[in-house]
Amino acid sequence: MSDLVKNIFRFTLFILVQWFVLFKVPPLHRFIIPYIYYLFILWLPFSIPRFWLLVIGFLTGLSLDYFTQTPGLHAAACVLIAYIRPFIINLLLPKDTSEFNYREPSPRTMGWTPYAVYVLVLTLFHHGYMLFLEWLSFGSILTFFVKLVATTGISFLLIFTTELLFPRKMRFRTNTA
Amino acid sequence: MRNIFLFIGRYFTFFVFLVFQVLALSFLFRYNKFHRAVGMGMANELTGWMNSKYANVDNYFHLKQESDRIHRVNDSLINLMKANFLNADTATTFVRDSIPYDTLGHRRRYIWRDAEVVSNSVNSDRNYIQINRGSKQGIKDNMGVLNSDLSLVGIVVNTSDNFSQVMSLLHVKNNVNAIMKKSGNAGTISWDGKNPLLLTMTGVPKSDTIAKGDTVLTGTYSLSFPPLKMIGTVASIVKDNSSSFYILRIKTAANFQNLQHVFVVENLQGDEQESLDKATRKKIDELKKPGK
Repeated sequence: MSDLVKNIFRFTLFILVQWFVLFKVPPLHRFIIPYIYYLFILWLPFSIPRFWLLVIGFLTGLSLDYFTQTPGLHAAACVLIAYIRPFIINLLLPKDTSEFNYREPSPRTMGWTPYAVYVLVLTLFHHGYMLFLEWLSFGSILTFFVKLVATTGISFLLIFTTELLFPRKMRFRTNTA
Repeated sequence: MRNIFLFIGRYFTFFVFLVFQVLALSFLFRYNKFHRAVGMGMANELTGWMNSKYANVDNYFHLKQESDRIHRVNDSLINLMKANFLNADTATTFVRDSIPYDTLGHRRRYIWRDAEVVSNSVNSDRNYIQINRGSKQGIKDNMGVLNSDLSLVGIVVNTSDNFSQVMSLLHVKNNVNAIMKKSGNAGTISWDGKNPLLLTMTGVPKSDTIAKGDTVLTGTYSLSFPPLKMIGTVASIVKDNSSSFYILRIKTAANFQNLQHVFVVENLQGDEQESLDKATRKKIDELKKPGK
């Protein structure tokens, strides 16, 4: 399956799961909404140009926004993590993009610890920015921090459950092929 | 000029990032302000369509609770029906007893409780229905049991703490007073133990004209049931030349195969009527005793 088709499938699946499952389940707590849809952006190939990464991030956030009736909220957060993503990857895997041996970030291609850092930082940025925008309209600073910690924790847990349940097969790319 | 282009080219990604951020934030704040946003109408059509499909599926999982709720509402409404109250006669109102009155002075005669059928059979010649209300919920022997559409089902014959056993109309010992809706002639409903769709009605005189499809209602003299509730309709008339009474086959109004929700009706004046009846018999017997 080509990258494009695969990612279109993933996009649809993540948005639908986020809205029809994770937003519909009885809440664990009023502070906690489990988020996973932005894993789509985390899973995009290494080689994708930064401009397109931003466009895709914006569209991903906006599609979820049209379900939640908050246009711009998730889009802003997604654009932020799409912008930061290449920096984090360069910090964790200091190589030229053309030399990546695998297509996309995953625990197997990056190693568990770098991948965990990658996920944690981007999750924090996504939730932090989104909850910050929410906090601007209402809520106290304490609620903001409690929400941030709780939501990040549950999303982190969800993402690693997903990684363990659906391990992606990664082909090692060599120059000889 | 060249420097400006160089500058833009160098920080191109950052500028794109800024543009998207401004776009997203303007969506967000404009929407909160004016409750509309670019493309919201079209997107609403799409997400609305998907949400309605989802709700269609989701609704099935709540049907049980929904029907329970409707049944409870029906129960409270049936309790308000005028037919449950006797209009107070001016000559008798001064005799106040424990029977509750409503604010207009109407005397409550029937009280209804909803119940659910937990087991049921139609295959035996003595069919019983078990319901999930018992003596702790106020169920007593001889209370009438009606289906959710108020057609007659049976009569309570035994109770435990939380369950009651109901003698179904499909029981060979069952004997229910009934009347023809058209003429008001009374008769008796019984069951021959064969076909669970058909009851037998006897005691209607041949002077009455009866057609197929005539309605049969509960009689007005029963201590267990409220009067004029549906029992069934005439399915066929059996020829019987030896007597001057019809033998009628009655198609039951309640479907005994799939009873689910039922009502148990209590006649609040039943005890009084019964004890009066007993006392009268005793009195007359004593009068007749020889040597007095």
